Amino acid sequence: MADPFRLHVNGRSHDVADSWIGESLLYVLRERLGLLGAKGACEQGECGSCTVLVDGELVCSCLVLAASAGGRPIVTIEGLAEPGSPTDLQRAFVDAGAVQCGFCTPGLIVAAHALLERRPDPTVTEIREELSGNICRCTGYGRIIDAVQRVAAQRATAGIDP
Amino acid sequence: MTLVERPTDRRAGTGRIGDSPARPDGIPKAQGLFAFSSDLPIGGAAWGATLRSPHPYARVRSIDTAPARDVPGVAAVITAEDVPGQPTYGLIAADQPVFAFDHVRYVGQPVAAVAADHPETCRRALAAIRVDYEVLEPLLDPQAATDPATPPIHPDGNVLRHQRIVAGDVDATGDVVVEGTYELGMQDQAFLGLEASVAIPDDDGRGVELHIATQWLHEDRKQIAACLGLVPESIRLVLGGVGGAFGAREDISLQVHTCLLALRLGRPVRMAYDRAESFLGHVHRHPAKIWMRHHATADGELVKIEARFLLDGGAYASTSSAVLLNAITHTQGPYRCPNAVVEGWAVRTNHLPCGAMRGFGVVQACFAHEGQMDLLAAACGLDPVEIRLRNAMISGDRLITGQVVENVAPVARCIRETAALPLPLTPIGVSEDDADDPMRLPGGAGLTANVRDVRRGIGWGVAIKNLMYSEGFDDFSTARCRLAGGVASLKFATAEVGQGFVTIAQQIARTVLGVETVVLDPIDTSIGSAGSTSASRQTWMSGGAVDAACRAVRERLFEHLGRLHGVDPLRLEIDGTDVVDSLGDLRVAVADATADTELDETVEFHHRPTEELDADGQGNCHTAFAFVAHRAVVDVDPELGLVKVVQVATAQDVGRALNPLAVVGQIEGGISQGLGLAVMEEIIQVDGVVRNASFTDYLLPTFLDMPDVVATLVEEPDPQAPLGAKGAGEPPCISVTPAIVAAIRDALAQFDAEHGRTGRPPLCRVPVRPSDIALR
Repeated sequence: MADPFRLHVNGRSHDVADSWIGESLLYVLRERLGLLGAKGACEQGECGSCTVLVDGELVCSCLVLAASAGGRPIVTIEGLAEPGSPTDLQRAFVDAGAVQCGFCTPGLIVAAHALLERRPDPTVTEIREELSGNICRCTGYGRIIDAVQRVAAQRATAGIDP
Repeated sequence: MTLVERPTDRRAGTGRIGDSPARPDGIPKAQGLFAFSSDLPIGGAAWGATLRSPHPYARVRSIDTAPARDVPGVAAVITAEDVPGQPTYGLIAADQPVFAFDHVRYVGQPVAAVAADHPETCRRALAAIRVDYEVLEPLLDPQAATDPATPPIHPDGNVLRHQRIVAGDVDATGDVVVEGTYELGMQDQAFLGLEASVAIPDDDGRGVELHIATQWLHEDRKQIAACLGLVPESIRLVLGGVGGAFGAREDISLQVHTCLLALRLGRPVRMAYDRAESFLGHVHRHPAKIWMRHHATADGELVKIEARFLLDGGAYASTSSAVLLNAITHTQGPYRCPNAVVEGWAVRTNHLPCGAMRGFGVVQACFAHEGQMDLLAAACGLDPVEIRLRNAMISGDRLITGQVVENVAPVARCIRETAALPLPLTPIGVSEDDADDPMRLPGGAGLTANVRDVRRGIGWGVAIKNLMYSEGFDDFSTARCRLAGGVASLKFATAEVGQGFVTIAQQIARTVLGVETVVLDPIDTSIGSAGSTSASRQTWMSGGAVDAACRAVRERLFEHLGRLHGVDPLRLEIDGTDVVDSLGDLRVAVADATADTELDETVEFHHRPTEELDADGQGNCHTAFAFVAHRAVVDVDPELGLVKVVQVATAQDVGRALNPLAVVGQIEGGISQGLGLAVMEEIIQVDGVVRNASFTDYLLPTFLDMPDVVATLVEEPDPQAPLGAKGAGEPPCISVTPAIVAAIRDALAQFDAEHGRTGRPPLCRVPVRPSDIALR
């Protein structure tokens, strides 16, 4: 068993006790904290379905030991917006047809959210490169690129500082 | 993005047929709130896990589970002895053991299962089970499996199906004869949402509720019930959120195991595969070896096709017999051909079992027939487009099975519209914004290719694909529609796997009933079967069922209003959200007309009957057909063997696009999977052992691998289809693979001509590897 530790997720603190030392951040988020938005699909950091932000950095939560993330701010897909009040990016994914089965979607939206924070107006090549750590098996990516471009354009038009 | 589309294609509109409204599960999915079958935590549930065979072929002498039972936290260990009903299951033939009871026949075959308090406890318990195997010599050569002298590895024998097609004059010959042998590796569906389930036993232990990601709830229920020794009615299946399917969820994986453990424990059990186990736990696309010889006139008109197919079905039957049927009956592709001699085998080996994957046998046939069409074009001195146009099938043509194609068959139009789509504007290694971009070169971030060495090739692929099930199977669909207070409710058991049936079901109801709000009831087995979400069939079949149920309700509504207002119901019609009298002044809002009444109709929708093939492969075995053309542009570094697919153009026969944005999603997604088969994806088995059961080693197309797609929809509503709409799921992934390989061949031919090279061996195997291009 691991020593008890505390995770700061989406602005809330959670004490984690009685966990096995080998549990990944993904496992603890899902199984112990009930935050099911991050998905496990490869357990190797290849597919990005489990993407969350730790200390503002994109990480594959399947590759992070939960106990090592103690005390650091963690943001998951659930932390981007309240239920039923999606962000512009979440809305754009749906409207652009970027969501089919949706299993990759939470990880992709966290990654695309971080991309637009860094680069408000990415080129297509930048979108492809920056999101290439996230695999989608349904869409062939075209509508996802469209969704990200739509949001970049909308934010530029609206003069919103992203 | 250069998608060719009409200005209305992305418009949500009023959410009726032809609009592209947002999918009803879209926002929950985008917010991480949609519950997939892996996201169903049930208080007090135990974890289940499966012990799998390490050997491709072995006799199971004994299994000692006692050490596993002694692991603290373990609640149950079960083996074949604990299966109360039928010991085997299977979609067509029940030949696959729930747990191995005499032999194991592939690496990964389930041998036992455990339930425990934590996944890590399960892992330790599995490691503690002692199985005594007598290792046997595996059968790994599919050709040897066709030989009657080869000892059978299963009581049902090694030949899963052998079928001939003999059409017309078998002695006919052509002025021009070309032949080739084509091979395809084993492809994985690689859905993102891994196999996961939750089983909740009834209090009396005589039934169970299973939440499962599947393609066909009722078929699962039938097979589970037989293995549990229960009647199907005592088992309730609820569709857990499905993270993609592509054929891999048509067979049983963890369904029976989860139910057995839950019934044994008397409490809920969850099972979930990891990626490595998923590669072993579901069926795959059949590896195939196909020989074809095409005879044609000097003008390039097909005279006769001879062909032999050999499909490796792996250890158990699954749908191999149907996959073989599809492969051999699509030998000719979308081309007229009066004469044919075709022979096909699907055989059993000690490889992973193979079954359904998007394209289902036609992917294999198309790779071969399109390679042949290019050989024929070269032999006749014709352009690849011209040879295809000269032979393009039209509605009314007779297939080599004797079946007449009665659907609209716009093959030539698909080819011409694809040819008219713009070629890439950017030169090799240059991005859309005109900058030199090494990421655009073959090899991408590896920065290995030099732009001077790269050649750009163009290749073509055209396909015909059957829709719905074949050979006499009545794969009907059931839907219920209720209308009250201006709100429609729809109930069906159609598996939503990501394709968006839930969206078009709402569109159909809005269109037929003039309502805005359409509630979707839970997808489960409390209504009749919808058949499988496969074979490009749900738009036609469940779309047809929803349409029919809504029409039945509308008829009742018109009768009710006709009586109330003294108007002939036949004069009534829907206008927006009102019912109007087409010959009078009556106008009543649907909401008002149904304020105090509920109309409720359930309808079964059946397609027209089909027949089995006879011994000569003759018969009306298929229900309907769709067509598609692909043109690929690929940059190739011939010396490094690296490729970059730059663009795929396509025109697809969709009948009528009920939701154009959803169709585009199918087109782009299918192209991605066809690209994967062309140049990336293959399950590698060495001596029957899978060597790349992970996303690190099994390569899937990423954002950087996916080309620009230029697509146009060919809309000629099909009179046979209930809504004029053909299934759009499978065609996109079929002819793109040969198109990409043809483009690579074209690039290599340019390079060889420039360097005076001859004698390059033909490129006839997918996925194309660097070593197939370089050093040859």
